[in-house]
Amino acid sequence: MITKLNHVSLFVLDQESAYDFYVNKLGFKVNTDAEMGDKGRWLTVNPPEQPDLELTLIPIDEKMMFDKESAEQMRRLVAAGTFGVGAFECDDMLATYEELKAKGVNFKKEPTQEFYGFSAVFQDDSGNWFSMSEKSKAK
Amino acid sequence: MENLPKIYLYRRIVQAKLFIDSNYAESIDAGKIADEACYSKFHFIRTFKSIYGKTPHQYLTAVRIEKAKGLLETGTSVTETCFSVGFDSLGSFITLFKRRAGLTPSEYRQSKLQRKQQIIEKPLSFVPGCFAAQIIHSKNSNFREAK
Repeated sequence: MITKLNHVSLFVLDQESAYDFYVNKLGFKVNTDAEMGDKGRWLTVNPPEQPDLELTLIPIDEKMMFDKESAEQMRRLVAAGTFGVGAFECDDMLATYEELKAKGVNFKKEPTQEFYGFSAVFQDDSGNWFSMSEKSKAK
Repeated sequence: MENLPKIYLYRRIVQAKLFIDSNYAESIDAGKIADEACYSKFHFIRTFKSIYGKTPHQYLTAVRIEKAKGLLETGTSVTETCFSVGFDSLGSFITLFKRRAGLTPSEYRQSKLQRKQQIIEKPLSFVPGCFAAQIIHSKNSNFREAK
């Protein structure tokens, strides 16, 4: 029986720049940072309150998973904003939106009240996009 | 945005939060931040708490503990860490740290340094199996792990 999801592959154009985006802008924690010699660097981050879900920042190059042709295709698709990768939850939508915007994060959709709740959509530095919703507050 | 006053209010609180994020090592007074954000101290603390679930002072302490973790992970000594992140008493730093992190600063430092060493010696044991196999077996790889 599968019990949980512990790793997700996130394909990025530049691993160092993705590190800056996820750690310094989104405030994620570095979980594992391992040099693999000529195979590159195994780098995972996790949302602050989810230490057991590792997002693996995998550079789209020929070192680990791609051949030359598929790397080129994949880089184009990611940069074009083709992939919606996941949905994040935040504790306060407007505060999180204002903070990320102040840090230069690009929003495809500003916080909007929809029939399913308050939601926004932002992109990482590669072009991957995520939706963000607000955890319901018991006030 | 439809509700302009609300967003302006949020913006000022977010700026105060970002101020704490950048100046955590200094002595920060909530009253001073409230003045800069054009709030009465009471209103500022209440609004900050409603957004972040912590008072500005509790939030400052949480930021300092997180920054302390980062320094300890790089091998900085407990004493140097304590004063670098803005605490002025080693005793209260150790007590607060243990309460938040479940370990004393030196235990935390030791466990993180050990993990870092394990990552250097056996990186593949931190990589899920299928990816590890790909790293080992892929064409032209000269990756070798320490035995």
